Amino acid sequence: MIVRELELDLDAFEGPFDLLLALVLKEELELRDVDLAGIVTAFLERLAEREELDLEACGEFLVLIAALLELKARALFPDEEAELAELDPEEAAEELARRLAEYRRAKEAATWLRERLAVEGDRFFRLGPAPLAPKVETPLAPQDPEGLAKVLRLLAQDPPAVSLSHMALRFPPVSHFLDRFRALLRRRTKFDFESEVAEMTRLEQASAFLALLELRRAGELSIEQAAPFAPIRVSRLTKENTVEQERTAAWTARSA
Amino acid sequence: MDSTLRLIPADPLDRLARTLEALLVVASTPLSLEDLAAAADDDPERVEDALQLVADRFAEERSGIVLEQVAGGWAFRAAREEAAACARLFERPAQRNLSQAALETLAIVAYLGPCSRPDIARIRGVAADSAVANLLERGLIAEAGRDTAAGGAIRYRTTPLFERVFGLESLSELPRLDDVGADAAEIRDRLHAVAERRSA
Repeated sequence: MIVRELELDLDAFEGPFDLLLALVLKEELELRDVDLAGIVTAFLERLAEREELDLEACGEFLVLIAALLELKARALFPDEEAELAELDPEEAAEELARRLAEYRRAKEAATWLRERLAVEGDRFFRLGPAPLAPKVETPLAPQDPEGLAKVLRLLAQDPPAVSLSHMALRFPPVSHFLDRFRALLRRRTKFDFESEVAEMTRLEQASAFLALLELRRAGELSIEQAAPFAPIRVSRLTKENTVEQERTAAWTARSA
Repeated sequence: MDSTLRLIPADPLDRLARTLEALLVVASTPLSLEDLAAAADDDPERVEDALQLVADRFAEERSGIVLEQVAGGWAFRAAREEAAACARLFERPAQRNLSQAALETLAIVAYLGPCSRPDIARIRGVAADSAVANLLERGLIAEAGRDTAAGGAIRYRTTPLFERVFGLESLSELPRLDDVGADAAEIRDRLHAVAERRSA
């Protein structure tokens, strides 16, 4: 098992472990946003999947995760040394004096607390968790039985039927177009589908197209289109192309 | 017949005082004036007067129980005279053996709180982890949200138990530490003297 290839799926990062390391070292990924516990869990899960304990992988992982933890922990503390190093001696002395004075105040306060404890040490009192406040009951206002019945009756009524009229899509019947195309092909041997349906609505065009496919399946006509989006040419089936048509139909049936 | 047997006069304020006594003896934490007024279902001003009655009745050298104003409320405690007897029966883990480090940390949290471990470490110059854990366990400090700065370290504040253990009515009873600031000039002078000696 190779630790560097450990796949991670964290909030802040998704990918292999070595990429995470590279991003962190290049400071392109904020380590404080990375859930290190998540990495440990992912590693342990991978480890559990294997029967054998891979000591080498464990060791490598420990070193890497420890380094990450140290980096993350350090980021939590302001860089005091760098802060002080940037100051000239005068300012550094000022800063140190300020901090020492601050610490001295804390020490003074601690002394006060210690003395206070010595004086107040003989106060004994009851200790315990704060008790729970009783639950507040919210009584209902008194109601007239007739009034309640009236409201209940309103609830018992059937709600008005919801109108679906606005949702209806009225499809023109396909049969209408079947008849129409058959009549057309009795008069002419060929026609152009687009020009035939140009005046229709989109829904009618869709139905007309379904009718066309229906007739094609029944072997009453053949359809040609030179290229996608090119005009669709419809022609009546003659004797010789009927044979062709049947062969194709048989092939289609087989492949289906 | 009933009236001749009555030991306590039927003063309405006295009636309220008895209610307050009952509430205070049941409570395990100090009760604020608002808590008492709400539970007694009475006017806060009258409750304050009645509390004075109770305080007179339960005072040092008069009773084994003493009423005190502490941690933002009122509470009964044992009289100081009885401390020895109480100590034979009860331990007090909150204040036993508080180390210097714990006291300094407690002082910083009390004065500057809510503040985080890095804040404390900055002032004390050493890591505050064990002192903070110790104070948390004793219940003298508690978590109070997170730092808004980088890392979002947990911040701490003192608890009502802290005020109670140290007998403080509130944190504002802590003494002002401004006068200690005079030493800052002295420290600075000493540092300058050291710096000059080194450069010389």
